[in-house]
Amino acid sequence: MSVLEAKVQKLGTDEATGYSSYQLGSFTFRRDEYFAHVTWPKGSHIIEVDRFLRAMVRDIGWGFFYGWIFFDDIFGTTNHYGTVDIFAGSYDEGCKKTGIDFLETFTAEAVSEAFETISKDWISEGYDPLNAPLETGTPIGPKGKERTDPLLRAFIAAERMLGLEGDTPTRSEEAGQKINRAFADLEMDEPEIECEEGFEGQLHAINLFDHIARSDVTWNPSISAVTRANICCVTSEEHMLPVIHGNDRNEWFIQLTDEIHWNIADKNTGNPRGRIVMKAGDVCAMPADIRHQGFAPKRSMLMVLENGTPDLEKRYASGELKPYPVDFG
Amino acid sequence: MAYKTHTGSLDAYDKGVIELDDDLRKYAFSNIFEVAGQSQPFERVAVVQNLEYVAEVVRSEGESPWFAAPHDEFAIVMDGEVTFHFVKLEDDQVPGHEGGAIRLGAKPNGPNMGRVKARRGHQVLLPKGAAYQIVSDKPSVAILQTVDGPETVKKWSEICVLKGETA
Repeated sequence: MSVLEAKVQKLGTDEATGYSSYQLGSFTFRRDEYFAHVTWPKGSHIIEVDRFLRAMVRDIGWGFFYGWIFFDDIFGTTNHYGTVDIFAGSYDEGCKKTGIDFLETFTAEAVSEAFETISKDWISEGYDPLNAPLETGTPIGPKGKERTDPLLRAFIAAERMLGLEGDTPTRSEEAGQKINRAFADLEMDEPEIECEEGFEGQLHAINLFDHIARSDVTWNPSISAVTRANICCVTSEEHMLPVIHGNDRNEWFIQLTDEIHWNIADKNTGNPRGRIVMKAGDVCAMPADIRHQGFAPKRSMLMVLENGTPDLEKRYASGELKPYPVDFG
Repeated sequence: MAYKTHTGSLDAYDKGVIELDDDLRKYAFSNIFEVAGQSQPFERVAVVQNLEYVAEVVRSEGESPWFAAPHDEFAIVMDGEVTFHFVKLEDDQVPGHEGGAIRLGAKPNGPNMGRVKARRGHQVLLPKGAAYQIVSDKPSVAILQTVDGPETVKKWSEICVLKGETA
């Protein structure tokens, strides 16, 4: 795997729309009023611009996450933890058969810089792709006033547990983080902590549902607690996951409230395998050989359990580890 | 528009659907309230397994034995009210096994650290270096984030949906 030294280059600005086009390696990126256009030496692809921007800002915010992030069935990135592939058609049977699939590998910094540059240029005031569609404006149309607030919010990560002294704080009213409209009916109270003298600060508990309910972003997990490399992430989900995730390891979902519908497909070909509907209290593994995309009719709370052991992706890729998590004996 | 948030409980939960052209064992689909309802009090039933890591479901009902682990664990209460009592362990009392909770024979003789009373949606630190007891007046449900250990009960065939049918 050769890693290109390329950096993002600005190609020009469309006088009519005001948006600039960019190049990274052999890929070019252009947008018009409705669509993002990606080209590479053997082909081109068109993606609805809201979908494209929602995927792109999450991909950066997640640090390219675990494994494959498909913006749609054709275009996306693969995280190699230090380097990142940008691919087009590499995991689509039709593109493979017609020979237009293409993939280049860059440093993670180069891809991050490119995606940030494109996002900042293509996103105007009034539109936040991390918000649910009902809570933000639209990206369609010509370029508007530049946004001045933070465009990207990387996910919140606790070192040990949210809210512990010296660790990442929970979201709060004091910080201006309101309970989302979709969770306004939940009764929130605080756990009662009674420490004996001399043990102050050693016992700890939080209202995790309150923390999730105050998130102003969707499909953007935050790490709430860590047991060795056992990472508990929580997130609020509304509308649709704007990417299709193909993990490089097994991960698990626990539905805390409401429901999410998951479309499941083969990771390498995209061929559909079926669907899973998870309701409050349901637990389901997402095996390492699938890609999945979630749809949440109402904002819901989801817990994601990840194994953050270094180099785990290589053990799955080599076949040392099975692409599913449980041995039924 | 007013929204209604759906949560589950031991007494009332809806289980979802898994409809796949695949071996359903690979997805290990279960429901924590169903698992808790079918388990013995304080049986720590694995519903998540990520190599050496697990999430266990516990039905808290009455007083549990005392547990301790050689690492932090975390509990999330999903139904009812659960009180966690903590006792400080001396260094030579901290379990030295590889991982997961072990059951202690009796309440350890260290100093009481205090207690945490938690309800639905609360996450509680079960810190390394402390033994803990779980207590509930009424049947309650908690998820424990921990490591696969001596107390982890695995009965995947009993708890998981194995056939392609409405769960």
